[in-house]
Amino acid sequence: MALLQIAEPGEALPEKKQRLAVGIDLGTTNSLVATVRNSMPVVLPDEEGRPLLPSIVRFGVQEIDVGYGAEAVQARDPHNTIVSVKRLMGRGLADLSDDRRFPYRFIDAPGMVQIQTRVGVRTPVEVSAEILKALRLRAERSLGAPLDGAVVTVPAYFDDAQRQATKDAARLAGLNVLRLLNEPTAAAIAYGLDNGSEGIYAVYDLGGGTFDISILKLSRGVFEVLATAGDTALGGDDFDHRIYCWIVEESGVGPVSPGDTRLLMVKAREAKENLTVHPSAPIDATLSSGEAISLSLTADTFAAITRTLVGKTLGPVKKALRDAKLEASQIKGVVMVGGATRMPQIQKAVADFFGQPPLNNLNPDQVVSLGAAIQANVLVGNRSEDEDWLLLDVIPLSLGLETMGGLTEKIIPRNATIPIARAQEFTTFKDGQSAMAIHVVQGERERVADCRSLARFELRGIPPMVAGAARIQVTFQVDADGLLSVSAREQMTGIEASIAVKPSYGLSDTDISRMLEESYVHASDDMEARALAETQVEAERIVAATSGALAADAELLTLDERTAIESALSEVRRLASGRDRRALHAAVEALNRSTEEFAARRMDRSVSKALTGRRVDALN
Amino acid sequence: MELIPVFHLGSKPLPQGATTTTMIDFSQNYFALFGLAPRYRLDAGQLDAAYRKLQSEVHPDRHAAAAEAERRLALQSSARVNEAYRALKNPVDRAQYLLGLNGIEAMSETDTALRPEFLERQLERREAVSDAAASGDRRELDALLAKVRAEISDLEHVLESELDREHALDSARTTVRELKFLSKLVADIESAIAELES
Repeated sequence: MALLQIAEPGEALPEKKQRLAVGIDLGTTNSLVATVRNSMPVVLPDEEGRPLLPSIVRFGVQEIDVGYGAEAVQARDPHNTIVSVKRLMGRGLADLSDDRRFPYRFIDAPGMVQIQTRVGVRTPVEVSAEILKALRLRAERSLGAPLDGAVVTVPAYFDDAQRQATKDAARLAGLNVLRLLNEPTAAAIAYGLDNGSEGIYAVYDLGGGTFDISILKLSRGVFEVLATAGDTALGGDDFDHRIYCWIVEESGVGPVSPGDTRLLMVKAREAKENLTVHPSAPIDATLSSGEAISLSLTADTFAAITRTLVGKTLGPVKKALRDAKLEASQIKGVVMVGGATRMPQIQKAVADFFGQPPLNNLNPDQVVSLGAAIQANVLVGNRSEDEDWLLLDVIPLSLGLETMGGLTEKIIPRNATIPIARAQEFTTFKDGQSAMAIHVVQGERERVADCRSLARFELRGIPPMVAGAARIQVTFQVDADGLLSVSAREQMTGIEASIAVKPSYGLSDTDISRMLEESYVHASDDMEARALAETQVEAERIVAATSGALAADAELLTLDERTAIESALSEVRRLASGRDRRALHAAVEALNRSTEEFAARRMDRSVSKALTGRRVDALN
Repeated sequence: MELIPVFHLGSKPLPQGATTTTMIDFSQNYFALFGLAPRYRLDAGQLDAAYRKLQSEVHPDRHAAAAEAERRLALQSSARVNEAYRALKNPVDRAQYLLGLNGIEAMSETDTALRPEFLERQLERREAVSDAAASGDRRELDALLAKVRAEISDLEHVLESELDREHALDSARTTVRELKFLSKLVADIESAIAELES
């Protein structure tokens, strides 16, 4: 092919290859993917120009629908259309007692709930992976090549189980995870780099289903998180739900079917968004029973029915300030993140608490994905000379062990800067004790029962000793993603046991690798389709070039040579419309080889023509 | 086999990484790591600046695209720098570390004695805290917090002269233990306040 196309001298060489990295905001309500293009972070829209992807997955009979398509049918197919799956990540059924409003058929499984759908049982990890996969494909279409890596954001207050679940989902979606990044920190990066800010800032991040508050010190290119707090089950969804309850109460309708619940939740959300700009919002709906609802919700009523929710965000704000040893008055600015911060009562509560109007100059829906894209660009190795900044983040919840009497011994305190490693020594409690149970927990409470259980493992083979003689060193290590691994070692004998803390959410490592394999099969389907298309384009070009060359310079060939080229040409034409990429590729290669000599002769002829011409000119 | 949960023995610094190529020198003590003199009194600005400079060299984000071995080393180095910074930033921890460099274990499990008059005063105070917490008396909790903080501040001055001027390491050891006790009290009062707020 190359020989038939004679390259023009001075033709632009391709630029130094930028590695392709994206930032992904995997949200409760909406998700986004962004990248850095020409040193500017930009959100990558879908083919219709829409930046958001509703975080909704519908398991259809034939296909899986993600985004707007799934959103449109959610009221018709509530059991198979999964919304707000982020709330289920790393959560057991018992954790969801206040979340009965989900109409799914839940299956209780150890560690994490599962959902019965028409295509079988799905875990929240698999559902999230569908959203991430849709974003990956969107990015690859937009950037024209497979991604080198991605930064995926998580609420700062996500615990180890929720983080691990998110990372697994990203792996399942075929992403190379460069880093899990805390959402408010991502927002601070986007805001701070954009505004050249210095000083202590608070990021108030109220998303669809999670709330985070982070206090950061920005100085000379260092983003240092001082403290973080939050609530992983509080967000815009809850405000919708209050409106939904109000609608049901005001209209006096009877028991509401799952489909109608979805319908009314959608109406509630529309009303909430409406109230951001209007003093009242109409709510009109017709239920499946034929019953009609027609109400009007005023901003005052909305504020009144959500007062406790607004108040619930201020507790973590105070806690974060206390942990950072700061007063509200020492905060230079409050950056608002998340679509739910558009609600006027939130804006007012934050302004009142901090004694200053909050900062709203970045799009609250997009800022997290933009910050993640900036971080991804740096981590993948595209850092430019002037980008000299560093991020120092913290772990949101204390990590510890169960000790005698069901009490928690904290090894790493909350808000410790990561990465971090800490060791502590323990001993045996009984004479001749040969094994020790190590139970890793996360949380602030004294009693193990009140903390989240992360993992259990055993150190066995301790030689018989009197109680208290063994020296067992337990080491906790938290990496830059905020993920924990624990190891234990008996100091005298060197017996070791360790565990990368994998929460037991019903997915064994075998399950994960099976799902990964399946996803690779699908991913390779996608890649195969793309490769076929590329080969077809190449085939078209070589067919056109060869035909043109034959028409112009056939006399340079012997009859045998010409027959050989023509037969190779017709073989490419025959295969070009088929699906067999390998055969087509082989035919293209064969055609290339058969035309090498022809191409060389044409080159000679064009060169001697040029020389001849020049000589004639020179003689004249 | 009967499995028994861990039985607490005491904390210990991490063993040092046996690595040949190092981003930081793991054999250096925390003061040397930051280029500071081993003294109780230190310039917080200087510590902050040295910490940031080191982290911007060793943090895993700076080595994200490197080979596995280098990334692991970055993780270990960065973790050690964080631990060193935490130990020096907090005055009581710094004093405890300084005593450790002098071969004195301030918080050994075998000797937990405190001066009886100190203990008596603190037991009374603990009672006052739990009474205030139980009756939801926020003002009383705030007042107790301020009192304890003032006492901490006084003891830190005592500690400075014991460590940096008099080299009275034994009495410094007592002061560190008292300060540790008071820090725990502050944490308890703060969590009682947090409980009231939530």
